[in-house]
Amino acid sequence: MSNIAIRIEGLSKRYRIGVQNNYPTFREALMGTALVPLRKYRSWTSSNQKEYDSGFVWALRDVDFDVKQGEIVGIIGRNGAGKSTLLKILTGITEPTSGYADIYGRVGSLLEVGTGFHMELTGRENIFMNGAILGMSRQEIKRKFDEIVAFSEVEKFLDTPVKRYSSGMYMRLAFAVAAHLETEILIVDEVLAVGDIEFQKKCIGKMQDVSQSQGRTVLFVSHNMDAIQRLCTRCLLLDHGRLVTQGDPASTVLRYISHNSSQAQPKQWIDVSNVGRMGTGEARFVAIQYSSLNETVSFHPYKDGPLEFLLAIESDSPMSVGSLGVTIFNRTGTMLVDANIGTTSEIINLNTGRNIVRLRIEELHLNPDIYILGLWLDKKSKSIGYDQPLDYIESVCEIEVVNLESIEDGIKEAAPVTCKFRILSVTNESIASKV
Amino acid sequence: MLKLANQDTNDNVSVGRSRPFVRRQARPGWVAIDFGELWRYRELLVFQAIRDIKVRYKQTVLGVAWAVLQPVATMVVFSIFFGKLAKLPSDGIPYPVFTFCALLPWQLFTYALTYSSNSLVDNANAVTKVYFPRLILPFSAVISGLIDFAIAFVVLAGIMFYYGVRPGWSVIVLPLFIILALAVAMSIGVWLSALNVKYRDIRYTIPFLSQFWLFATPVAYSSSLVPEKWQTVYGINPMVSVVDGFRWALLGRSAPSIPMLIVSVIATVVLLACGLFYFRRMEKSFADIV
Repeated sequence: MSNIAIRIEGLSKRYRIGVQNNYPTFREALMGTALVPLRKYRSWTSSNQKEYDSGFVWALRDVDFDVKQGEIVGIIGRNGAGKSTLLKILTGITEPTSGYADIYGRVGSLLEVGTGFHMELTGRENIFMNGAILGMSRQEIKRKFDEIVAFSEVEKFLDTPVKRYSSGMYMRLAFAVAAHLETEILIVDEVLAVGDIEFQKKCIGKMQDVSQSQGRTVLFVSHNMDAIQRLCTRCLLLDHGRLVTQGDPASTVLRYISHNSSQAQPKQWIDVSNVGRMGTGEARFVAIQYSSLNETVSFHPYKDGPLEFLLAIESDSPMSVGSLGVTIFNRTGTMLVDANIGTTSEIINLNTGRNIVRLRIEELHLNPDIYILGLWLDKKSKSIGYDQPLDYIESVCEIEVVNLESIEDGIKEAAPVTCKFRILSVTNESIASKV
Repeated sequence: MLKLANQDTNDNVSVGRSRPFVRRQARPGWVAIDFGELWRYRELLVFQAIRDIKVRYKQTVLGVAWAVLQPVATMVVFSIFFGKLAKLPSDGIPYPVFTFCALLPWQLFTYALTYSSNSLVDNANAVTKVYFPRLILPFSAVISGLIDFAIAFVVLAGIMFYYGVRPGWSVIVLPLFIILALAVAMSIGVWLSALNVKYRDIRYTIPFLSQFWLFATPVAYSSSLVPEKWQTVYGINPMVSVVDGFRWALLGRSAPSIPMLIVSVIATVVLLACGLFYFRRMEKSFADIV
């Protein structure tokens, strides 16, 4: 009993959709009050009363779980499942509608890299500023200052305003400050979504260190299934605000991924306007189609073959996008393919209304298996931690990569991926020694 | 459940490490002000204020000169139109000194008013991503105005020296009036910042509000223009006492009347207390609607 770090019972949070999206003005508030009788009359005569009741959405619904001290608990679920809401309640940013969360110990949080950073201030100033916002005292920051700087690798730029930092430096510095919080519980949201492999490795290493050698509890939200499985001792799966399952990370991740996607057939439009997504939505994917252009396999993608996509994008206004791509994940959530124009520095101009982008992966080096398709759209070619993309769908549908040879031969057998290779030279030892 | 919490803490004490316990749950209605928590976050208050000051004049050509330019320009305009042309009485004190002395607390007040009422909205990112007592934001905005005030104060000293106006012993009460000015600014700032989160109209009312308030306060004119019997009522605007207090402390003009002072202090305390409670009540929803 004594080693409980967090106990959550019946935790629920309800949001009002209207209030969340529009700022009411005084005039609207007054009008709203004045129009109450009329609205009542309307809802009474017409049957669209439901419209007024459905102005609420449950971000969390009756969630119960315990976290023991020293555990690293991963929280997964698609966008809008309630993960961030849960973390916001635990850190005290927002209040639950009902239920409670008991927390034993100080809570440190990193809900977004670089919160409280100010672009005009230098790295040094931001370390102190950010530390203070996260709840560190000046003494504490001073004591840890060298450690933070060493971790972030920005020694040379300490007295440069952070607006001149590269996004990598910015994120390293921000993570370094938060990771050096001396709290019993550390809450981390989506840090790994940004940053390069090197940075991700560093973050994971730091979090492991924090929990194993210091016995602190870590709650970790991520879409990076790989990291979840490597880092966490336990994993929770949320869906539509409810706790679906919890248990060992591998089986929870598998459950999430299989539960998440439906397999879609090639060479036909797949409506993606209603799938779970993230982003501003100023331009968004509405439908996609994929095909390997090969009728013998009924247009299913196959190993080393081409894979062509038609992406229907609806845009509210003309804009140029620097990042548009298709991602392919395996069923354990590791990203295998990222075909994005951001990597080739291309720019695509979208017009208002529906645009169709044709994108072809020339050679798909994937073994026959089931994979998960994702879509990404952003104005900038590189994302910096705190900006939302235009549209991001983590899991659109499942696609099946088939084995072309085995279909032709009638044998089903998985062969390893062939990488492009050639023999550069053949040297004979005896001749070489003579020369 | 609470019993369990105590048990738990005891267990940990035996291990040699105490873990604080909190329960996060809905707290409907009015919430008390947690002064202990505010005190724990006092360093953030200071950092936030320093940040505001540092950021304010970065990438500006004139920099800190703005802190001098604004009140001086206003003083020149007032001296020409109200002093020279309209010939408003200035109680025997050279008009520029007379008005600049009032402009000091007035600038502090309008500055605090503007920045504190926008403080929550401007820091929306931090508000939705980190927990800290939200009162820190309007408070630090008020405090950061003190630097401009200090700079302008030096200018006032220069002007007073130029006109040969010497402060009397009453200068020792000046800090009290500075505190009163800050308290008034805070009380309004707390109200407006909380309202601004929900109603963005507030942002647009601030220029009007400070303009109207300027005319209701004896900055350009002398409070002696207001009939004697109305002086006490006049004190409902606490800035009247602040301005009169400044003129008394620095220019040796007659002290503001005691009843007026009392009315002003009561008005400030009531406004501030209500503002704080309103703020606390709204605080829990800030992250959801900002």
